[in-house]
Order: sequence, then C-alpha cells, then structure tokens
Amino acid sequence: MLKLIAVMMALCSCSIANAAENAFTPKIDIGKGGQCVEDPQWMRKNHMHVLKHQRDETVHEGIRDDKHSLKNCIECHASTKDDSVIAREDSFCVACHRFEAVKIDCFECHSGTRKSAWLQRSAK
Amino acid sequence: MSCIDIKRRDFLKTSVGAAAVAIAPGMLLFDMAHGKSEPVSGKVRWGMLIDTANCADGCDDCVTACNKENGLSGGLTATDSQWIRKVELKDMRTGRELALPMMCQHCEHPPCVDVCPTGASFKRADGIVLVDKHLCIGCRYCMMACPYKARSFVHEPLHDQNPDVPRGKGTVESCTMCVHRVDNGQQPACAEACPNKSILFGDLNDPESEISKKIRTVASTQVRADLGLNTGVRYQGL
Repeated sequence: MLKLIAVMMALCSCSIANAAENAFTPKIDIGKGGQCVEDPQWMRKNHMHVLKHQRDETVHEGIRDDKHSLKNCIECHASTKDDSVIAREDSFCVACHRFEAVKIDCFECHSGTRKSAWLQRSAK
Repeated sequence: MSCIDIKRRDFLKTSVGAAAVAIAPGMLLFDMAHGKSEPVSGKVRWGMLIDTANCADGCDDCVTACNKENGLSGGLTATDSQWIRKVELKDMRTGRELALPMMCQHCEHPPCVDVCPTGASFKRADGIVLVDKHLCIGCRYCMMACPYKARSFVHEPLHDQNPDVPRGKGTVESCTMCVHRVDNGQQPACAEACPNKSILFGDLNDPESEISKKIRTVASTQVRADLGLNTGVRYQGL
C-alpha cells in the first residue's frame, strides 16, 4: 500500500512538473540571452526595482552606468528577428507581462528597439 | 525671487554638498567597467553663447538637427513640440534685422522648477534644466511659468523614439541641452550642426573653457535679464 502511494505521488509530481513547463509557462523569445547582469531568478522577481532605482539615478544625477539600464536589458533581450522586446506576443517583455496580467508603461515613452537597429532604420 | 530666498537655497545646497563629500569615498567602490557611474558635478555649469551676428538669416540647421536628434516631427502647429526655434527680430526704428535660435535658457533659478507641483521639473547639479517624465503629470504649469515659451506638451502617442531620448504623450518636454550627448562628452546637436559655429557650448564655471574666455572679452546679454534668472544661454550682438 505504501509503495502504491509513493508511486502515485511520484506520478502526480511528474505530471505537475510537465504541466508547469508546457501549458502554464509563457513562451518567451529571450533574444541573444547569455549571462544576465544578475542571477536570473533574482531578476525575475526584482527587475522592476532595479530599473526604477537606475532611472532615478540616471535622470536626476546623470549616472549612466549601463549595467542596470533599460537599454542594456534591450541590448541582450531584444529578439534577434525584429530587434524589439515588445513587437510580438512572445517578445521578451510582452510574453511575461501578458501572462502575469501586469501592464507596463515603460514603452509609452521608451523605445523597445535595440539602439543599433534604430540607428540603421533612422539612417535610411 | 527675493535675495533671502536665494541665500537660503544656497545654504541648503551647501549642506547637501557637504553630505555628498562625506559619502564620496564609498563611491570608489562602484564598478567602473560600465558606463559613467559618478553623478554629475555642481562644479560644472553647462551653458551656451550664441553669436547672433553669425546666425545666418533663413538657416535653420540647428532646428533640423535638434528635431532629428530628439525625434521631433518638425511640425509647426499648436500641438507640435518645438524645442528650439528660429526667431527673427526687426527694430522698426532703425530697420536692423536679426535672427537667433531660442530655446530653454537653462536658468540658474528656473521658474518652471518653482511652480512644478510634483518635482518633475528640476535642475541638475550641472545646471541643465530637465523634466523627469516619470513624475510629470502633464499639468503644464511650467509652460505657463516659462518666460521664454520654451516648453512643449506632447499631445499624441509617439512611436519609435530615439532609445536615448524617451518622449511620451501626456508629459511636458523641452530642450535638454542634449543631456545624453553631453554625458558622453559630446556637444549638443544644435551646436554641432551650426555651419557658422555661432553656438558655443561649454562650462561657464571653468575659467579656462572657450566659452568663459569669450564671455570675459565680448559683450553678451541674457534675454529678459531683468527677471534675475541668470540664464545659462547667453546672446552676443543682441
């Protein structure tokens, strides 16, 4: 009997893990990706605080340390297909924020495009 | 603004400065590998000297360069943003004509900062007057307070902004002295674009800078100097 329960529990946890990876996680285009400036799990939880802190320092004090800047996020995470973090359903920022139903205002003013791509386009 | 008020502000600024010095040794711990990690210094005061005699009639290269750099439409309707505009003057008695670019004068005592209810309108330590659009609620008091009509309100949603110049609907904006370029050691776009080099940009506090040497030797005026705002932009030959 104990064995049966153990097997059933194992099966259950397996199916939950699978479901968590398949149906309940957003599909995200992470762009170039690579090593994040902080631990990725920590960033998932705290990126908004980091960005807010950085924005105040940059606007008011002119500190343009690019480690935690929005531009640096976009540099790595803009899609390799369209150089944007907001252009499509699975773009880096949109995919997660839609999944979590959290509206972001950043891109009403900020560009969601990689600077190099913007320069190319505006040169045309 | 009364003298007492200004003295009180200077005192407060000095106290903040002393506090900053106390913290400064810790700043060395900052990672120096990424960008510029020190805050801008109050020892610097950015300013401009505009030589109106050299400013060619009909030339608007500074305006075009500003529009391109900051992603402005260049339109002239009441709802289009204008950060810099060419003003043509004529003395009706003598017939003398004059053209000059007019933009945010980056005052030492900016009225726009005085009236801002949210603290969005502010003056940076190096004298550049800016709008923090994260705090701006679009009330437009600053636009009414500005004696130079230098500020604009964004009426329509914008797309595809310059990644270095975020702009958006519902906020007030004005000349930033191309702060993103200045922080990288470059000149503002208008100064760089002027074919006659009539916009001289530099540090007014550094006695050895080109602009300081020039304002020591030639007569220059501030527009509406009677308001006592001590503008960072000065005009020569007005």
